[in-house]
Amino acid sequence: MSGSHPTTVESPWARRALIGVGFLFLALFLFLPLVMVFAGALAKGWQVFFDALVDPDALAAIRLTLLVAGISVPVNAVFGVAAAWAIAKFDFRGKSLLISLIDLPFSVSPVVSGLVFVLLFGAQGWLGPWLTEHGVRIIFAVPGIVLATVFVTFPFVARELIPLMAEQGRDDEEAARSLAATGWQTFWHVTLPNIRWGLLYGVLLCNARAMGEFGAVSVVSGHIRGLTNTMPLHVEILYNEYDFVGAFAVASLLASLALVTLGVKTVLEWRFGIHRAGAAH
Amino acid sequence: MRRSKQRSALPGFGLTMGMTLFWLGLVVLVPLSALVIRAAGMGWAGFAEVGLSPRALAAYRLSFGAALAAAAINAVFGLLIAWILVRYEFPGKKLIDAAVDLPFALPTAVAGIALVSLYSDNGWVGSLLAPLGIKVAYTPLGVTIALVFIGLPFIVRSVQPVLADLGRDVEEAAATLGATRGQTFRRVILPAILPALLTGFALAFARGVGEYGSIIFIAGNMPFKSEIAPLLIITQLEQFDYDGATAIACVMLVLSFAMLLFVNLLQAWRARRGTR
Amino acid sequence: MSIVVENISRRFGGFTALDRITLETRPGEFLALLGPSGSGKTTLLRTIAGLDFADEGHVLFDGQDMTGTPAVERRIGFVFQNYALFRHMTVAQNISFGLTVRKRRDRPTKAAIAAKVAELLELIQLPELGDRYPAQLSGGQRQRVALARALAIEPRLLLLDEPFGALDAQVRKDLRSWLRRIHDETGLTSIFVTHDQEEALEIADRIVVMRGGVIEQIGTPAEVQGAPATAFVSSFIGETNRLPVTRRDGAAVIGDALATLPDEAQGRGPGEIHIRPHDVELAEPGDAAALPVTVLASRPIGRSRRITAQVVGMAEPLTIDLPVAVEASPGQQLAVRPVRYRIF
Repeated sequence: MSGSHPTTVESPWARRALIGVGFLFLALFLFLPLVMVFAGALAKGWQVFFDALVDPDALAAIRLTLLVAGISVPVNAVFGVAAAWAIAKFDFRGKSLLISLIDLPFSVSPVVSGLVFVLLFGAQGWLGPWLTEHGVRIIFAVPGIVLATVFVTFPFVARELIPLMAEQGRDDEEAARSLAATGWQTFWHVTLPNIRWGLLYGVLLCNARAMGEFGAVSVVSGHIRGLTNTMPLHVEILYNEYDFVGAFAVASLLASLALVTLGVKTVLEWRFGIHRAGAAH
Repeated sequence: MRRSKQRSALPGFGLTMGMTLFWLGLVVLVPLSALVIRAAGMGWAGFAEVGLSPRALAAYRLSFGAALAAAAINAVFGLLIAWILVRYEFPGKKLIDAAVDLPFALPTAVAGIALVSLYSDNGWVGSLLAPLGIKVAYTPLGVTIALVFIGLPFIVRSVQPVLADLGRDVEEAAATLGATRGQTFRRVILPAILPALLTGFALAFARGVGEYGSIIFIAGNMPFKSEIAPLLIITQLEQFDYDGATAIACVMLVLSFAMLLFVNLLQAWRARRGTR
Repeated sequence: MSIVVENISRRFGGFTALDRITLETRPGEFLALLGPSGSGKTTLLRTIAGLDFADEGHVLFDGQDMTGTPAVERRIGFVFQNYALFRHMTVAQNISFGLTVRKRRDRPTKAAIAAKVAELLELIQLPELGDRYPAQLSGGQRQRVALARALAIEPRLLLLDEPFGALDAQVRKDLRSWLRRIHDETGLTSIFVTHDQEEALEIADRIVVMRGGVIEQIGTPAEVQGAPATAFVSSFIGETNRLPVTRRDGAAVIGDALATLPDEAQGRGPGEIHIRPHDVELAEPGDAAALPVTVLASRPIGRSRRITAQVVGMAEPLTIDLPVAVEASPGQQLAVRPVRYRIF
């Protein structure tokens, strides 16, 4: 009924000043860097941009990034659904401890995340001598990159689904069970449709991080061109070799991925009311 | 972990809990304990030699100092941005709201090369600051700038829902009681959002301390001057000094867990006060 | 203090919340703004408080024009529908807030503030709860704290927006009479908004009945019940049966000459007759004003018998209260005569 709250609104002048400061800050810290990526990529025209992308090493980096995300995202999605089912649908002691442990990778520096795998599988690591003996390479090879990526993206799907499934409760599932549906039928026909947008949201964020992870992967990759270079690592190498256009060209692909991620994420939030979790809560 | 006596009609607890624990153990807990066990085996002297060396201390100082400064800057501007997003209508509002999450989505290495290109002496922004004698790239200031970029969404997304939830009637009540707008902000609004602001601050700070990708390009990486702690770990690794890397990693791990604990205590405090 | 509202209009986009409202309070009176949701009563209250501002018209406090003065400068006690207590402050801090935000030279000493808080806690009968947080109080307790907080600034006027809206029925009843006592003790002119007619009838000195941004009637509880000015007031306050009538030459005819009643207002054309359930008696045979009805249901309630009946040949059911001794069983034919009625 009460349509306005003039008392709680600043004067137009103050309002404009606050909005102006906000815009300036966002321009300096968000928009200019983004524009910079694309401007840098196209600094010498479209031809140079395309050449940088079809360079064999760049293509190898793109392939490896897709491979790593293609493994780690599904693996973490399955884990996330299982963890959310166990945590949200059942009561047990130590639940909040378990949630904290699942969140743990978020509070570990990416470099440390990579380091722990070097300590396990590196030449001087615990299993290093055994692995060398049997000719298995993990560190400075694709398995290490996958492991590090799985580690850093571990919580994304689970932390999106746990609150969602807890909020939905277990009424639907119990109703399905009372109608003699099996456990799998209940999951496929009742639970999964209920959580699909939340799952997509979590997978989306998980994928963005998996493709963009730099610190952890940098530690375990060894930076072997054409073999263990993911896109972010390739950006670094090109940049350090002063091939700025090449670096920004590959970076612009990653930035486009980020923009698509943001776009889909925003649509999911508006259309399906999925709360914004990001990594902030 | 044991289920409580109350039985659930749903199946799959054993299977999903088994998967969860197995996977959690394999991917997260075993690797992390490898780090802790390795550090424990070093002995205090060996640990302190690298972990608390002057070079490492300088790196911690930079990592923590810059993260603290960036979180403080973000506390002010993040609050301001959350405020205008919740309170005002203006063109482009939805776009800005979505764009706040850009640092979450943009790979850190991409942010790193973009920031250094912007803020170096011949960059778009750096060239404006250079005549004023302000050098950003390759200085601790550059590290702070990168961490401001990384930390912004933590503050905005922590504060925004609480601010939106804060009833206008509370502010109107303050007004009818004779409080000026400034008094209302200081004594009514700020205390109400303070826990959320602190949570966002702590999250941004914790993330900033461990951040690597967006910083190394802009930092300059000079030992004792612009070398961050995560980079020092990599330097140790490149010299195959696993123990040194482990020691530094352990110090950082302990500090980030302390932050995590702090955030959890904050949440408990918020829950107890009945303010969300 | 007396408040004068002159020709106040307020529009939100295309919606007219207040349409040239004029109103005057008497010093020390307890005035109720009563109406359904969307009637503009809350907007009017907020305009008097300076929380909202009219597009046209004036608000005067004791003859002084306050139209453009914001709430901060009006020194008004305002109690919000959902209490609007400061969640991070204790009860005592909530109550003293209005005193502690004063400029240093107007601010009472710490001791004076503490004494005032103690006095108000006593008044709201919560002397032990000064250190509690709002989250630790019941709804009724919160409402009382909100009132104490409003009273702490020694307001010139007390405004309450649906003060009992969020409480359950029993607590509402208790708080109602308590609020009336507080009003009488403080002697403050008070205005409260409600959509609950029972609440307004029970505690207000006068009632302002509003609908669609206009005032339908201002009057004492007896006046708005006994002499409703409009069909809306008549049907909004108390139970009323409404039947279509044809008005001509000082008479109102129900149905096809079912019954003919005197129409003092001398209206013409179609109209509506309002008859309250207890304003009916059994008719003598041959009475022109007798209404033939068929009993649908009947049950004794206290000393009366409540009968739901169908007016012969009309769709509208009629609710009537007759003495409990009257026999009425479903299907039975009765002739009833409206004793008191109003035609609009």
